[in-house]
Amino acid sequence: MTAVTLHRRYRLPADNLTVAGVAVLAVLVAVAILAPLVAPHDPLAIDFSAALSGPSSDHLLGADQSGRDVLSRLIFGARAGLLGPLLVVTLSTVAGTLLGVLAAWCGGVVDAVLSRGMDFVFAFPALLLAITLVAMFGPGLSAPVVAMSIAYTPYVGRLARGVAMREMSRPYIHAYRVQGWSGWTICLRHLVPNVLPLIFAQSAINFGYALMDLAALSFLGFGTQPPVPDWGAMINEGASALLQGAMLPALAPGAAVVITVVAFSTVGEGIADRVARRQR
Amino acid sequence: MGGPLLDIEELSVRLPPGQAARPILDAVSLRVSQGEAVGLVGESGSGKSVTCRAVLGLLPERTSVGGRIVVGGQDVLAKPAAWLREFRRRRVAMIFQDPRASVNPVRRVGDFVTEGLRAGGTPYKQALARAEELLEAVGIDDPRSALRRHPHEFSGGMLQRVMIAGALAAEPDLLLADEPTTALDVTTQAEVIAILSHLRTARGMGMLFVTHDLELAAAICDRIYVMYAGRIVEAQATGGLFTRPRHPYTAGLLAATPRLESDQPPHGVAGRPLSLAEAPDGCAFAARCHLAEDRCREHRPALEVLGHAHVACLRAEEPVHD
Amino acid sequence: MGAFLARRLAGLVATLAGASFAVFAAVYLAPGDPASFLTQGRSASPEALAAIRAQYHLDDPFLVQYLKWVSGALSGDFGRSVQFRQDVTGLILARLPTTLFLVGYAGLLIVLAGLLLGALAALRPGPLDRIVLIGTGVATATPSFVAAIGLISLFSVQLGWFPAFGNGTGLTGRLWHLTLPAAALALTFAGLLARVTRASMLEELAREHVEVARSRGVPEQAVIRRHVLRNSLGPISTVTGTVVAGLLVATSIVESAFGLSGVGQLLVSSVTVKDFPVVQAVTTLIVVVFVLANLLVDLLQPAIDPRLSHGQSRAL
Repeated sequence: MTAVTLHRRYRLPADNLTVAGVAVLAVLVAVAILAPLVAPHDPLAIDFSAALSGPSSDHLLGADQSGRDVLSRLIFGARAGLLGPLLVVTLSTVAGTLLGVLAAWCGGVVDAVLSRGMDFVFAFPALLLAITLVAMFGPGLSAPVVAMSIAYTPYVGRLARGVAMREMSRPYIHAYRVQGWSGWTICLRHLVPNVLPLIFAQSAINFGYALMDLAALSFLGFGTQPPVPDWGAMINEGASALLQGAMLPALAPGAAVVITVVAFSTVGEGIADRVARRQR
Repeated sequence: MGGPLLDIEELSVRLPPGQAARPILDAVSLRVSQGEAVGLVGESGSGKSVTCRAVLGLLPERTSVGGRIVVGGQDVLAKPAAWLREFRRRRVAMIFQDPRASVNPVRRVGDFVTEGLRAGGTPYKQALARAEELLEAVGIDDPRSALRRHPHEFSGGMLQRVMIAGALAAEPDLLLADEPTTALDVTTQAEVIAILSHLRTARGMGMLFVTHDLELAAAICDRIYVMYAGRIVEAQATGGLFTRPRHPYTAGLLAATPRLESDQPPHGVAGRPLSLAEAPDGCAFAARCHLAEDRCREHRPALEVLGHAHVACLRAEEPVHD
Repeated sequence: MGAFLARRLAGLVATLAGASFAVFAAVYLAPGDPASFLTQGRSASPEALAAIRAQYHLDDPFLVQYLKWVSGALSGDFGRSVQFRQDVTGLILARLPTTLFLVGYAGLLIVLAGLLLGALAALRPGPLDRIVLIGTGVATATPSFVAAIGLISLFSVQLGWFPAFGNGTGLTGRLWHLTLPAAALALTFAGLLARVTRASMLEELAREHVEVARSRGVPEQAVIRRHVLRNSLGPISTVTGTVVAGLLVATSIVESAFGLSGVGQLLVSSVTVKDFPVVQAVTTLIVVVFVLANLLVDLLQPAIDPRLSHGQSRAL
């Protein structure tokens, strides 16, 4: 009794927060898709007369060193900013779920091999793997995306394996087996749907992390290449303007990264909470 | 038997406002004399555990409490935290239901048994020597090495003995036992009860024994209080309670106990136990009572003296019970 | 315990062997001729190219090259940097103090801030808890380079309290120069540690043995220390282990952002010019530290929770 009361009292109203997170993400996605319509300027248009000018009615968030409109670059930057993590999360979620469920379902040697394999990949921090792949294949979006997809797969895989193992220990799976259903049917129709909600929660949180890591790579010059607008690269370019007193070219994309990541982790935690509550 | 050791007068407890705001206890009065073993019996949710915790001042913050809990002439409810700590160290000790959850799994058994003593300022070595005696007294083999072991190396029954040793460490006058054997299997239960009641008698401690098991309470208690939905419905000496239960609920509990010598099958009390928060205006038991009349649902019976018993039932004086 | 240790060490060696092999093989999977990276794209005479191939053993079979590299690495020789024309080991050693100082400084900030804020939030429900929860939520979502930008704009540009770049000399100079980088590095991880500390302390606070300790008149401070904090150490140490490993990778970003010449910055500049011997060496070192930190945390677990002491362990 006490435990439950305490737990409730300490928690923020998760549902309102989740709704707010979803709203922020919806706006972001809409802005990214409608970028050409929403952006006030061409993100690539150089106008040296406006270089490092502060906020004005023409440039709401000012202009960068080459006089490009910061707001427009921010809006177009959302495309690269969301596309990269989307690819990473999709690839790692599909691969991780498959490997995790496979390991749990087959057990024995398959489980041992897959689990050791995932442990091995764990030894490489995602960012390091990405940097190594960039060293091999050169900068751009593809090497980091491939590297991060590989690095994130074991996180999803381990979770999927754990949830699947727990689910399989429940009587209903055994009941289906006794009734003569095939392994595949049970796996796809009953096991996977039960595993997915928690995986999605984890994937939403991973989305935020992938976004941070990919932005870091762009910041280092390893990711999306200029002049394509990208938040990480904008921060890198804006860093030197910082010392000249122009804050917005670097701070605006910084804020965009933080807000997006907060939104994703809020939504992820919201989903995880909901799953936990439903299972109680 | 001496004077009153514990005197609970009209205790009412309401959990803090907010989502969980609800009454838990209503005007509970209860008395334990020196050296006396008193049972507090009721189904889960009736408020018996809260009563027990209230004696130690262990209610959640912002709980609203009415009435008095007097121990040795002092009202526990009115005391500051520092006094309460001293009081818990020396006067009253409690044994909890589930030893597995109640003993910190990452610390040594010796830490657990000596913790109260050391909080009271006893030097470590001395406390350890005392703990060894206590473990011996509760029947743990090789107490010296037991002190150095961890809880997961003990069975539930052994761990409950450790908990009893920990409770006895401070030589309290009053022992509160909150369902001390519910989490144990039946054979271990008997051993733990035997140890508990032997040590209690030998040390002349008073005890408030909380349980849902009327039979068990009868085996070790001098008097028994029966609780239903946050209120005391009957109080009697053990013998009287068994030969002549005055409240239909008590009678129901007795009938629900399976008995070897009886050729009738046990029959439970129909319906679901209520908590005080759910209880209607009249008698809380009316909905489950086969003797209930209309007035039972409208008027709440007060606890009144009837012969040697106290009973809260509008029909208590009628001969229907016999 | 002996068998457990042996198994873990075997796993460690296998992981490191596999990792070093993967890192070494990466160069050969990369498109293009390794020798051409080594000439840095300059056109070289056939003799010069042959000399380079000989120096880097490029004419040996691949496995032989790998074994030569590993045996060199084990004796502290990671070959020569193409970019700097120096021994890789010397390059790393020269930069290691700055990086270690930075990681140590950041680690200290992380543990202090993370534990304090987490414990505070767990023990003081209400507005304070909410503020910490929101603050750490934002902190964990702030990557180190964004934190670097924010800190530079506030503390270097606006207030002028701390320098925006450079390593600094002497202890005070270093402290002064590395405060902002350490703070930028620490922010995300401190937020994470605070959240984990808060959650695991709340979980422990609700446990019955905590109430039992209170019921025996143990002072609240001792209850928190001996039962709540002590029992929360498992998750806290696990997170600290992953954080330490993550810090090393994150230094590459922070060192670049603050223009510090450390190992992380060396990695970044070597990747840019495809200086493979340096990339291989630094990557291998980071993986070694990562794996060792995880092993250390695993070995600590039984001491933290005696229930785990019978050779059971969490997976790496």
